[in-house]
Amino acid sequence: MNSPGSTPASSPPADPAPVPGAGATLTAGPVGKPPAGRTGTDPLSRLRRLADLRNLSLVGVLAVLIAVGGFTKPDEFLSTDNLQLVLTQASVIGVVTVGVTFVITSGGIDLSVGAMVALASVWATTIATQEYGLGGILLCAVLVGLGCGLVNGVLIAYGGMVPFIATLAMLASARGLALQISDGRTQVVTVDPVLDLGLPDSYVLGIPPLVLIFAAVTVLGWLVLNRTTFGRRTVAIGGNAEAARLAGIDVKRQRLMLYLLSGLCCGVAAFMLVVLTGSGQNTNGNLYELDAIAAAIIGGTLLSGGRGTITGSVLGVLVFTTITNLFALNNLQSDVQQIAKGAIIVAAVLVQKGRSTP
Amino acid sequence: MRFPQSSSPTSRRNLLLGTAAAGAMFAAGCTSNENNDSDENSKQAANTANDKPGKAVTIGFAGPQADHGWLNAINEQAKRRAKEYKDVTLEITEGSNDTAQQIGQIETLINKKVDVLVILPADGKALTQVGLKAMRAGIPVVNLDRVFASPQAYRCWIGGDNYGMGLNAGHYIGEQLKDKKNAKVIELAGIDNLELTRQRTAGFNDALKNYPNIKKVGRQAAEFTVESGQSKMAQLLQAHSDFDALWNHDDDQGVGAERAIKQAGRDDFLMVGGAGAKHAMDAIKADNTVLKATVLYPPTMAASAIDLARALGQGKGVGGLAELEIPASLTLYSAVVTKDNVDEYLPTGFS
Repeated sequence: MNSPGSTPASSPPADPAPVPGAGATLTAGPVGKPPAGRTGTDPLSRLRRLADLRNLSLVGVLAVLIAVGGFTKPDEFLSTDNLQLVLTQASVIGVVTVGVTFVITSGGIDLSVGAMVALASVWATTIATQEYGLGGILLCAVLVGLGCGLVNGVLIAYGGMVPFIATLAMLASARGLALQISDGRTQVVTVDPVLDLGLPDSYVLGIPPLVLIFAAVTVLGWLVLNRTTFGRRTVAIGGNAEAARLAGIDVKRQRLMLYLLSGLCCGVAAFMLVVLTGSGQNTNGNLYELDAIAAAIIGGTLLSGGRGTITGSVLGVLVFTTITNLFALNNLQSDVQQIAKGAIIVAAVLVQKGRSTP
Repeated sequence: MRFPQSSSPTSRRNLLLGTAAAGAMFAAGCTSNENNDSDENSKQAANTANDKPGKAVTIGFAGPQADHGWLNAINEQAKRRAKEYKDVTLEITEGSNDTAQQIGQIETLINKKVDVLVILPADGKALTQVGLKAMRAGIPVVNLDRVFASPQAYRCWIGGDNYGMGLNAGHYIGEQLKDKKNAKVIELAGIDNLELTRQRTAGFNDALKNYPNIKKVGRQAAEFTVESGQSKMAQLLQAHSDFDALWNHDDDQGVGAERAIKQAGRDDFLMVGGAGAKHAMDAIKADNTVLKATVLYPPTMAASAIDLARALGQGKGVGGLAELEIPASLTLYSAVVTKDNVDEYLPTGFS
């Protein structure tokens, strides 16, 4: 779609600051290719590597969207209010996507994220929990997310279940449980500190707290995936789980940790959604699984595992949120929005496919 | 906005229905007194359904999954009304949004040979065949709300008026803004692929045609959920820095919409809701938010459906009507609840 020329040559080294350490030799595909031209020593290319050049196409899409927004709705689109809004709306699904990116990078899939968000939000907003205030709601949401993640992880890592099936089962039962706990009702939050978190008074230097949480999760996610043993192991088992096992990685334990991580992200996202909507509802997180997977894939994470990029996923989320915002500002209806979303997924994947298989 | 989820709304509703039942009995008592004056009237009264126990009737009830405040209220209204009648046994199936599953559940009720069926189909068109099957098996069907494709598939239809909801919301807003030049309104609709959403919007547009000074400048469809309500409303507020009125199709998504309005710090317009949730009525009564009215889509229709089914099972007509049989269709009125009349409607508010 854009940024032609410069990227293809430099894309292999731009692989998520790729695993210079132990697990590196185990990863599939890109690592085997000879680095082209510039090497990672000069500052410019180091900077480029940090910016993850694979995502230039997405940055391009985002730039085009922003230009369109600035052109069609100059007063509304680039206003501070609107930028705060776009980032806030990207925050909840963004945190979920970071967790999902880890799971997909390891060659797994998590279809239960939306249901986990729903269950955690409903559980965290029941009356008994609201008595314990802000901390109680946060803790409950996180614990429910971790609990679901634990079940997913144990079933997949130790029970040998296919991730698709195990998390599909979790999707069904978590939604069912959310419906049962809420009795189909919207659980309205009565805890003022929670409600206040979503209001402009709580913004830090103009940044909504939810956006700060999103930023923190993104930075942490990037560091963990690209700078830690945990991250290297994740990439390694996604590339070739058997080779990773032979290399001494406890693949089962690693898988368990990854689904726990996804559950944790869903718990945090559920808390954020409670702050945003002032309530918990069993319909929360509807279709998050598809949105998060789509964002990760167009961000450059391989569905087959072995390669994952946090920056790409976050850019993917931002692209989707910006489209929604842009279309709403121009008063376009949801049918058009859905068609455009589909087209962008196809375009982004085609661009990346064209690049990664020369 | 804030209401407890504990047993208190339930007990309030109990109390209310109790009062309503007592009121009805009182009314029935009055009627029978009057009837003593005229033989003809008393003959007719004998053939209408009243609260006195009659022939025992087993009513089968099949509805969709109660994943939404309104649907939840539908189930509760049906159960509570059935409990009030000593001569009624209610066979209720687990709700499902899966068409095939709901068909299976209705077939089970047919096989159990219930006397009357009350069906709120997840999808009216898709469930027409099973309605026909029940009617052919000699079990009369009361079709609740979402209408079957064929009139042969039901004996009586009772439901809400989606077009009327839009119409009444539009008229209310029109009256509020009639003296304002170049007034702007926006619409936060429900799920766009539902027929009912299109009807609500059509009614709204038609009503606004009576007020040439008002222009609809924006519309977004949400999904009847709090999350979608918050997200779509936040976008609408960004897109329209000034407008005078907002119609939101559904009070459940209204929880999210009101949150977005609060987050944006806006209070320069009036908001009208839809459906008649308790939190919305509480806000209207308190009169401290932009929400000034809500247009009813009353879940009490489920209780009325039980009344009709009972009358059908006992072969009786409806009190107050000259007809010997119950009507073929009944469309409820979409009343506008404002601060002036909220006390009257508050008991029907669902949570």
